[in-house]
Amino acid sequence: MSTISTKERRLWWALADGWTVARRDLIHWANQPMTVVFGVLFPVMITLAFGYLFGGAVKVPEGADYFAFLMPGMYGMTMLFGLSATMVAVATDASKGVTDRFRSMPMAPSGVLIGRAIADLLHSVLVLAGLLVCGLAVGWRPATLPGALGAVGLLLLLRFSLLWAGMYLGLLTRDPGAVVAIQTLEFPIGFLSNAFVAPDTMPGWLGTISEWNPLSATVAAARELFGNPGWGGVSWVAQHSVLMAVLWPLAITVVFFVLSVRLYQRLDR
Amino acid sequence: MSAVLAHGLRKTYGDKAALDGIDLDVGHGTVCGLLGPNGAGKTTAVRILTTLLRPSGGRAEVAGFDVATQPRLVRRNIGLVGQHTAVDELLTGRQNLELFGRLYHLGGAAARVRADELLERFGLEHKGAAKEYSGGMRRRLDLAAGLILAPPVLFLDEPTTGLDPRSRAEIWRVVRDLVSDGTTVLLTTQYLEEADQLADRISVIDAGRVVAEGTPDELKAKLGGDRLDVVIHDPGRVGEAAGIVERVASGPAEVDHDTRHVSAPVSERVRALTEVLAALSAAGIEAEDVALRRPTLDEVFLDLTGGGAK
Repeated sequence: MSTISTKERRLWWALADGWTVARRDLIHWANQPMTVVFGVLFPVMITLAFGYLFGGAVKVPEGADYFAFLMPGMYGMTMLFGLSATMVAVATDASKGVTDRFRSMPMAPSGVLIGRAIADLLHSVLVLAGLLVCGLAVGWRPATLPGALGAVGLLLLLRFSLLWAGMYLGLLTRDPGAVVAIQTLEFPIGFLSNAFVAPDTMPGWLGTISEWNPLSATVAAARELFGNPGWGGVSWVAQHSVLMAVLWPLAITVVFFVLSVRLYQRLDR
Repeated sequence: MSAVLAHGLRKTYGDKAALDGIDLDVGHGTVCGLLGPNGAGKTTAVRILTTLLRPSGGRAEVAGFDVATQPRLVRRNIGLVGQHTAVDELLTGRQNLELFGRLYHLGGAAARVRADELLERFGLEHKGAAKEYSGGMRRRLDLAAGLILAPPVLFLDEPTTGLDPRSRAEIWRVVRDLVSDGTTVLLTTQYLEEADQLADRISVIDAGRVVAEGTPDELKAKLGGDRLDVVIHDPGRVGEAAGIVERVASGPAEVDHDTRHVSAPVSERVRALTEVLAALSAAGIEAEDVALRRPTLDEVFLDLTGGGAK
């Protein structure tokens, strides 16, 4: 007869409770399908606006079509925008006392954060899938299927790391209104990257910041794996984009995972 | 054994004490009211007792378990209805209760059955999302979510703040039903009437300390027994009448010139009444109304907290 250790039981409940908390978001989607539809349509709309409005004015390396260059940038940008979505969800629960209710219940404490991670990652998969379909519709093509899967994996890895940053910010502010500040930061972070233009077209110091932007690493790696035109930077960080697209998210995850869990356990202000 | 027990409970932030050593002892199946103005430390006390906040000093037991060292066991035995309506507003009432039921590890089927019971009991068979509920319904849903495990100890943090009188009466009825079924309730309130209506014992809290403790009647008696109220006919003679009342009274008179009302504590009821009436008529002052009454909890409260509540 085998006995289940306390540790294993705790892990089981952490995952089970995490799934229950994530299911709550899935019910939100079912209750309000239009919110999900608009969530998918928004990046599609931005992509079409950028592609058709600026596409003619931007010179793309290798003389390729702008959409072939833009799409991986938009995929990355969409992952970045997930940051504020996570933050709003976490801050709303904290400000309304829902987080306190969870904490006063005999559920697994980690279940709340695990549930948030599952739900937001699923949402991002949905949004990314919508944008991939949009890309295919405007003529963007990945070169190989394994490469494409690798690129999607790296994009979701970036999203996963930003989840923890969003949770930390949500728990820190406990005010869904504070998201405006984060959204204001998302745009400069997004534009200060290689998502829309090549960093070597920027002033030198700005180009360097842009090259080291974690978003640039993921976007450059995605372009490489999708087989899309890149901007062919010569710096070390540009030459090792796939490595950086793994290292950056891992570093962000470790830092903000620790910070979020600590903050969640000590919500005793 | 007590349902809730606290000894010298403290919570400090820097050098500021939110709780400055409070003692509580709540018997099984009784209602304890924590009464105090905003910022007195009521919510801090509830947050410590429900394991949300670690105390800086002292110790507390809930349902026989230590809140600091056995938080999981405490959580199995409590329900918390906080100051905010802590339900998911995008979910329906049923979806909310099922969610919390699953998180209490009832399992899907049992969570559904329990949700049905609670929805029926609290009149929440509304199909829409919780955000469409009225304030009273949302509060009842919140209460129902705290009762999923039928916890032996229930914490209610200002359960009726912001509710209309009818919704408030409904919440009171629910609390009385729970107590008659054996639940222990610790409730915080700023409303003296609420504490008077529901609580078996009241702890008056001010600036992080218990400044008085007792049954509602004991607290009222602490203010020096009965009060004599006189309404004077002639507005010009209210001041003069107050002087007459004070000569007989055991404390200073309160005077309201607008309503021509004089009120003062008296120690010997009937003698005070006859002496005041005799003195007034001797002075030729006509009284419209004279009454002896017990002090309201409001007066006790203002007296104990130094008038901080108004």
